Amino acid sequence: MLAFFAQYSKLVDQAGINALLALSLSLSLRAGHLALAQAAFMGIAAYVGSIGAVDLHWTLLESTFAGALAAGIAAAILALPVARLRGIFLAIATIGFGEIARVVEINAPITDGAEGFSDIPNDAGTLAIYAALLATVAALFLLGRSKWALAIAATREDENAARGCGIDVGLVRTTTLVSGAVIAGVAGVLYAHANFFITPGDFGFPRMEQILVYCVIGGVTSSTGAVMGAAVMTALPETIRFLHDYREVTTGALLLAIIILAPGGLAQLWRRHA
Amino acid sequence: MLIQQIGNGVFLGAVYALFACGYALVFGVLDILNLAHAAIYMSAAFIALALAGAGVPLLLAIVLAIIAAGLLGILLDRVAFAPLRRRNAGTLAPLISSIGVAIMIQGIARAFFGSDDQPFPSGTFATAQLQIGSLRLGVVDVTVLGVAIAMMLALSSVLRFTSLGRSIRAVAADRIAAALLGIDVERTIALTFFIASALGGAAGVLIGLEFNSVSVDMGARIELKGLAIIVLGGMGSVTGAVVGALLLGCVETLSVAYISSGYRDAISFGVMFLVLVLRPTGLFGRRSLRAA
Repeated sequence: MLAFFAQYSKLVDQAGINALLALSLSLSLRAGHLALAQAAFMGIAAYVGSIGAVDLHWTLLESTFAGALAAGIAAAILALPVARLRGIFLAIATIGFGEIARVVEINAPITDGAEGFSDIPNDAGTLAIYAALLATVAALFLLGRSKWALAIAATREDENAARGCGIDVGLVRTTTLVSGAVIAGVAGVLYAHANFFITPGDFGFPRMEQILVYCVIGGVTSSTGAVMGAAVMTALPETIRFLHDYREVTTGALLLAIIILAPGGLAQLWRRHA
Repeated sequence: MLIQQIGNGVFLGAVYALFACGYALVFGVLDILNLAHAAIYMSAAFIALALAGAGVPLLLAIVLAIIAAGLLGILLDRVAFAPLRRRNAGTLAPLISSIGVAIMIQGIARAFFGSDDQPFPSGTFATAQLQIGSLRLGVVDVTVLGVAIAMMLALSSVLRFTSLGRSIRAVAADRIAAALLGIDVERTIALTFFIASALGGAAGVLIGLEFNSVSVDMGARIELKGLAIIVLGGMGSVTGAVVGALLLGCVETLSVAYISSGYRDAISFGVMFLVLVLRPTGLFGRRSLRAA
């Protein structure tokens, strides 16, 4: 067990961070909003946290707090212009926001540009990552039993009907986006501290695609699904390492098979057989 | 200087237009975003490269690569979209299944050609240059522009004047009504994918020629620009995609020349973001394909 952990601890850490990212996106998806800016929120937080940690000697906790706050503020600002957009249009606008964030990260004078920002204190271990994950899952579980969760579900099923029941749909959209961004922000800071080196390319569209894949493979509307999806898709490339050149092809084929055969994601399969 | 820049913008825009028309066509007909479009774009460039390397004349290689891309599109629809369509699986599932196919195509290309940038074999095309007034053009530029314009004219006449075009527009407007009127919906969708992917493939071959470089990652560089363009033009509008692409091409080259190359992409996406927020239907609205 210890030998296994020693060999795969990086992978275990990565899985935890990816699970946080998947949870963060699943909040917006639960409200039926295809807002795809998680990678951007992650990047904003990672840069704020890392620059603070290196230049101002913040501790991991301070750095996480500042990063998450910055991501939350970015989300609150983003929520205003995209308030009227739905579906694919919302997706594209938020992807555009992500691209703008990435270009700013490349060009801003304090991020060290496309070469990447390095020497971030390497102090986010497995313990810190899984503590954050556990806290997030617990918070989402508690929220799942609140009125807020009902409002989110109602907004997803039928926005107009929800509005008719007195639910402030705009508020639901904003709060899910902002709280998702805060979670993504925590993940971003942990990512930076666990890898001690970040580049703007780490937070581009490919990352966003990955996060979306975790969510949908796991099952869109449940926390279990998001965590499962992240765990499976993080472990997969390692598991099929023996396939060498055919690894990428196999990953794509598996992704395709899961989405065609289990449209509700892995969480649904699990429930059906349990 | 300004004329040369606008000229460069038009070249870039013409190729962007080919790519974006494919996106717009699929979105207009099926209301889905095809995230494997950029992978087909890339694979067509590699097919042309491999054919040219095997000694096939350049124009023939271009045509064969474009047809291969179209066939790949039909296969893509069969594998990734048709099963979900039968089940009315919503908007998320097709996004993921097309990401799956894109990863597969990239994996295959990487296994065959490696990850590096590859030039066309020397002597594949002439490097002579023409001078028209203050505008300087290479032979490749002229070929690229010619193929792009020819394909867009062909597309618009197919959509406007042929029975296939009528079927495509009918399926775009209302799939069930089209089926009731006796249109073979699945066949129409397959042909739509053929056309869309052939256009995307053509864009890949032409960009590969224009920059004399083909790589597995070339799709990632244009994928999001294609999105920006169809938003700018109005989702699902083919005319809009062409105008949006020319605009984006010019905005890009002009912002590199006069503002800063570092912020080029931020400016393109900033324009796109503004259009989405201020005028979500884009410059041409989303009914245009249906009315074309």
